This record gives sequence, structure tokens and C-alpha cells, in this order.
Amino acid sequence: MMNVGLAHYLVVAGLLLVIGIFGIFLNRKNVIVIMMSIELILLAANLNFVAFSAALHDMVGQVFVMFVLAVAAAEAAIGLAIVVVYFRNRDSIEVEDVTLMKG
Amino acid sequence: MIPDIAFYVFAGILLASACMVITARNPVHSVLFLILAFINAAALFVLAGAEFLAMVLVVVYVGAVAVLFLFVVMMLDVDFAALREGFQRYAPLGLTIGFILMVEIGLTAIDWKIAPGARLAGLAPMPADISNTTALGDLIYTSYMFVFELTALLLLVAMVGAIVLTHNDRHGPRRQNIHIQHDRRIDETLTMVTMKLGEGSHQITPHAVPDREIAQR
Repeated sequence: MMNVGLAHYLVVAGLLLVIGIFGIFLNRKNVIVIMMSIELILLAANLNFVAFSAALHDMVGQVFVMFVLAVAAAEAAIGLAIVVVYFRNRDSIEVEDVTLMKG
Repeated sequence: MIPDIAFYVFAGILLASACMVITARNPVHSVLFLILAFINAAALFVLAGAEFLAMVLVVVYVGAVAVLFLFVVMMLDVDFAALREGFQRYAPLGLTIGFILMVEIGLTAIDWKIAPGARLAGLAPMPADISNTTALGDLIYTSYMFVFELTALLLLVAMVGAIVLTHNDRHGPRRQNIHIQHDRRIDETLTMVTMKLGEGSHQITPHAVPDREIAQR
């Protein structure tokens, strides 16, 4: 069995990123699952940061993971708030119904 | 040896649960698999030596973000089966684009190596004698102080924004409105009824004007 190194982490993070993007295409109507896919993509980015931080013995990668986490949390909170308000007004969360700006 | 096996187990569960997140029929199951994915990612963080971030991932993601998702999924009365229409229709396109992306990532991964000077160019070498949490704290409260506080501001703005968006004060506490009370007139609230002898009082409810109509004048 090969020793686990940087390459293994990068493969996992790459697959996670692809799964996240595939999820956006697969659930094109469901905003909530799309947001979960975005969380997966951000998690892949975090995994890359941590892997490189460990491989290069540099702490800055881990500092940036904290910032990514904060941005992801803020994004989830605001996004879900928008979804709730939208559902309250229109009784639907289908992406294709979001056409108010078209007039 | 054991860390290697642990890595493969955690990575396998992480990828499998990520697949379940995007394909689960019930969104509640999606959220639960998302939680599982985050826990396994935290385990991978621990294996990579980032213990503090692993704990932050568990506390922030599993404890807050995933539960937020769970609340919203359960609160919205959505017909999620209808949202799955076109699942098969979009799958080929998504698979194609995902495959292309994977090939592109693979092509970049075939022949790369870390530049020889990269290790020396590191901004904050990992100290050997102190724990991961201490090292991270040393860094964010000194060199990255400004960005760290900016992050706090971002979270504050997000919190205020979420509250402003979702707060609705339809049924607030009933407050005393002196202006409306002073505007009441006797003929709006009081009806004079002449009672007949021996007929009781069950039909004399005055048709008084409700407070709401007075408030609209």
C-alpha cells in the first residue's frame, strides 16, 4: 500500500469538486441541494488548502481555511434566508420560477 | 500503516456520502449525508495535522450550517418530488461536464512537482514545538489580524442580513396607542339600548366599531 501523501489528498479533493459540480447540474431545480453542492465544492478547496499546508509545512494554508469557512458559513446563512423569503412570497423554490427580474 | 488505512476509509466514506448528498431522493437525507461528509472531512483534517480546523469544521459545519440546512428543509413545505423532474434529463450533460473537468484536473496532475524554492518561500513555517492550535492562534492574532477582523465583520453583516431578510413583525405585542384611544368618540363605542321588561339581555350586544377601523381613519 502506498504511503498517503499530498497526491492522495489532491485526488480526494478533486473528486469532491467534481461531485459538487455534478450535483449542481443534477439538481437544477432544487436550490437547497445546489447550495449543498456549493458547500461540497468549498470543502474540496479547504481540503486542498490543508493538504498543501501539511505538505509544505506552512501554517498560512490553515489560516486561509478559516477564512473560507467563515465565508461559506455567511454564504449559507444569507442564501438560506433568501430561499425562505422567496418561498414565503412565491410558494415555490424552483430555480426556473425565479424570473421576477425579467419583468 | 494504520493512518494510511484510516485515510482510505475516511476518504471513501467522504466521497460516497458526497455522492449521496447530490442523488438522495429526500433532501433531509441529503443534509444528513452532508453532515457525514463533513465529519469525515474533519477526520482527514486530523490526519493531515490540522486538529483545530477539524474541530472548527465539526462545530461550525455540523453544529451550525448543516442544522441550518435541516431547519430550512423541514420548514419549507415544498413538494421535493416535483423538484426532481428532469433529473435524468440533466444527468448526461452533468456527467459530460464533470468528466471533462476530471480529465482536465487529471492532466494537470500528471506532471507536476513542487518548485524547489517553495518550501523556503513559506510565509509562516510550521513550528515544531507548539501545538497546532497555538501556532494558528499566534498567526491569526498577529500577521493576519486585519483579515481576521474583516472576517468577523463579514459574519456580522451576514447575521444582520439574514435577520433583516427573514424577520417579520406581523403579530407583535399589542402596544398602547394613546392617539387612537384619544380619537375614540362615544357614538362609536357606546350604543344606547332601551331594554324591555322580562326579555333578558342576550341581544343587546352593541355593534361597536372595532379598534382596527378607528385606527384606519
